Amino acid sequence: MNQKIRNFLTSNEMIVVYIIAGLAILIGSVNHAFNSISTVVNLARTMLVTLIFAMCEMLVIVSGGIDVSFPAIASLAMIATGNIMLKNGLDNVPLAFLMGAIIGGVLGTLNAVLIAVVKMPPLIATLGVSSMTSGATLAIFGAKILTVLPAKLDELYKVSLFTYTNPEGITYSLTVLFLIPIGICLLMWFLLKYTMFGRGIYATGGDIRAARIAGFNVTAIQFFVYIMSGILSGIAGITYMILMRAADPSVLMGSEMMVIAAVVMGGTRITGGHGTVLGTILGVTLISLIKNNLIMLGVPTHFQTFVIGLIMIVGTSITSLKAKHIANSAKI
Amino acid sequence: MAETFLELKDIHKSFGGVQALKGVDLTIRCGEIHCLAGENGSGKSTLIKVISGAHEPTKGEIYIEGERILHLNPIIAIEHGIQVIYQDFAIFPNLTVAENIAMNRAVSTGAKLMNWKGARELALEAMEQIGAKMDPDVLVENLSVANRQMVAICRTIINDAKLLILDEPTAALTSKEVQKLYAILRRLRDKGIAVMIVNHKLDEVFEIAERLTILRNGEKISTGMIDEYDRNRFVKELTGRNISESFYEPKASEEEIFRAENIGRKGAFEEVSFSLKRGDVFGITGLLDSGRGQIGDALFGINPIQSGKIFLHGKQIEINSTEDAVRHKIAYVPEDRLTQGLFLDRSIQDNTIAASISKYFIRGKLDEQAMYQATVEWIKRIGCVAPSPEASVRTLSGGNAQKIVIAKWLNTDPALLILNGPTVGVDIGAKYDIHQILRRLAGEGIGVIVISDDLPELIQNCNHILVMKNGRVSEIVEPSEVNETELATMMSSQ
Repeated sequence: MNQKIRNFLTSNEMIVVYIIAGLAILIGSVNHAFNSISTVVNLARTMLVTLIFAMCEMLVIVSGGIDVSFPAIASLAMIATGNIMLKNGLDNVPLAFLMGAIIGGVLGTLNAVLIAVVKMPPLIATLGVSSMTSGATLAIFGAKILTVLPAKLDELYKVSLFTYTNPEGITYSLTVLFLIPIGICLLMWFLLKYTMFGRGIYATGGDIRAARIAGFNVTAIQFFVYIMSGILSGIAGITYMILMRAADPSVLMGSEMMVIAAVVMGGTRITGGHGTVLGTILGVTLISLIKNNLIMLGVPTHFQTFVIGLIMIVGTSITSLKAKHIANSAKI
Repeated sequence: MAETFLELKDIHKSFGGVQALKGVDLTIRCGEIHCLAGENGSGKSTLIKVISGAHEPTKGEIYIEGERILHLNPIIAIEHGIQVIYQDFAIFPNLTVAENIAMNRAVSTGAKLMNWKGARELALEAMEQIGAKMDPDVLVENLSVANRQMVAICRTIINDAKLLILDEPTAALTSKEVQKLYAILRRLRDKGIAVMIVNHKLDEVFEIAERLTILRNGEKISTGMIDEYDRNRFVKELTGRNISESFYEPKASEEEIFRAENIGRKGAFEEVSFSLKRGDVFGITGLLDSGRGQIGDALFGINPIQSGKIFLHGKQIEINSTEDAVRHKIAYVPEDRLTQGLFLDRSIQDNTIAASISKYFIRGKLDEQAMYQATVEWIKRIGCVAPSPEASVRTLSGGNAQKIVIAKWLNTDPALLILNGPTVGVDIGAKYDIHQILRRLAGEGIGVIVISDDLPELIQNCNHILVMKNGRVSEIVEPSEVNETELATMMSSQ
């Protein structure tokens, strides 16, 4: 039993928890403004879209692949949906999400075909799709930022799960949109842990040949993973548009590094086969904490990119070193 | 007579124009341990793939439990209880023991949800059946090769295996683990499961098999109860030639080629002294962690000695790096030839001249003609079966690849040749060839040191054997004075 407790205390998840706690204590002691509910609300808001992205990235990495096309897919979903709805006078929240999901699903299918059928390396395939998608977005819809959204979409922004007013009279409210990543996380957790299909994703990431021999339809698994990633990216794009009350074709671009950093930090092994929903949530929390609050420590803004890169390297080294340690340590 | 589980009649299989199987008959009975022996390229793997349904035979009949199966495919084979454990086990290192064991069955029953509790119970039950003890919640990446094999066996058991085929199951196991595996296989046999082992290691075949089928060049040579075979018949039918097991007894010589005086390296070995005379094939053995392999690495300068002296042809030499070793004409065939001894994707010629390329570098140009001729000559001299000097080494069998490693070093005109595990993974025919080459080289005045844990190999081919134990010399013996069991005792006794 002792061994089990020790394993738990040194698990990837717990290491991230320690780092989060350490960082929170450090920021909190330097700057007392940190110790407030507003920090939590802000953090949740920052995490919202990143968490959706991280879930699809984790899913893809667990299956043994990688996807760098999600920011481009989300941008196209956001701009295309916004433009089409405004031009045609459509105003319906479920329809917006449905359109985003369809656009994402189509591009995800393209990724899947390139990877599972054409057998391209996932990084190259999704890089290509990413570049094509962002190019097409700008070519078709222009670089213009939409600042006026259909009324019902805009109203959704104002619906809150709960509000908090601080002593200075500033109100913080947690948007209802936060339910979207929560729902996705729960769904993903159930899928990965309790369905045979989910276990097949781990099996594929662990040893693709063995997965085939075991009777898994590996091609179907890869299709599912990339299409799912596309659909979730589309939904993330719509969510971001409502959250920001604007559709900006370039604002999400470049966020893939940060998302991959968060996923890897959460214990997902970049080589596939390992990764959990809880770990990913923690990884996103840590990265968002750094992004939001490092400034409270007096760290300049441009330095954050440096820190995120550093975290990615440290996080990946920890998992690599752990894997190496397991490979070299005495076997039982 | 026991019931017949599987019967193959006149199986032919060709790929393009190549005939891999030419009319093979095979009968496997329930509750027997059947050994399928054959050298590389004899058609064993093709035959297994026919049985498991992966290849459809071009001609021939397959009967399972008396019923003729017309188009056997992997799914039908599994439904009939045919399970194959390949050398890499096809298991998932990133999943737990329980999940690995339960996975295939869950997939084949079309389960939609993962039943963790059920998987655990199933795993415990399967382990109980074969007498294995593992924590079902541990990830397979933490397991030893032997335990990974146990996981693979457990998985086949819960899939209701009636015929279990193991492809070279002992290749990566220690002798203790082999015994444990055999105990499990006997237990399965007693439950009525037919077990077929693919193996060509003579001693293991005689230890475990009840019946034996020998394949050579895609043809069945013979089938029979194990007691109808003796070692000579087995080797003869396996290789198709007469290989006599003779002892190596060189002419005594006083000319010393190599001497080590109290050499040592921290954490590896200490106070090792020995001397090698002209004509000697000097054996070094010991358990895996006895320091035997490290002596080879040290003499070649990979991890140099830290104390003691070494002499080559009476002159003291210092070896602090592999460059020093090469300069003093010491050659080394490492234990892991695939990663340390060969450029797999380069041609035979490139590999043969790899250690002696400076010889062919004349006036700023490589002498292609001379390189080609040298390679052709070596292929002939060492009896390597190769289509041409241009073929890549990856296309060669283990035995032929090993001959190329040896040729590479012989082409440097070495004074001392050190071989670490020279015949690991090499089949009997090629092994015999390599032993003959070593004897010839020793006769020509090259010092030969063979580091190995293959005791019969040492006893037959060396005239001195140094036994290492816990990093020290336990004894130096003459093979004529000891037998295998005594040697094994010297290695492991406390």
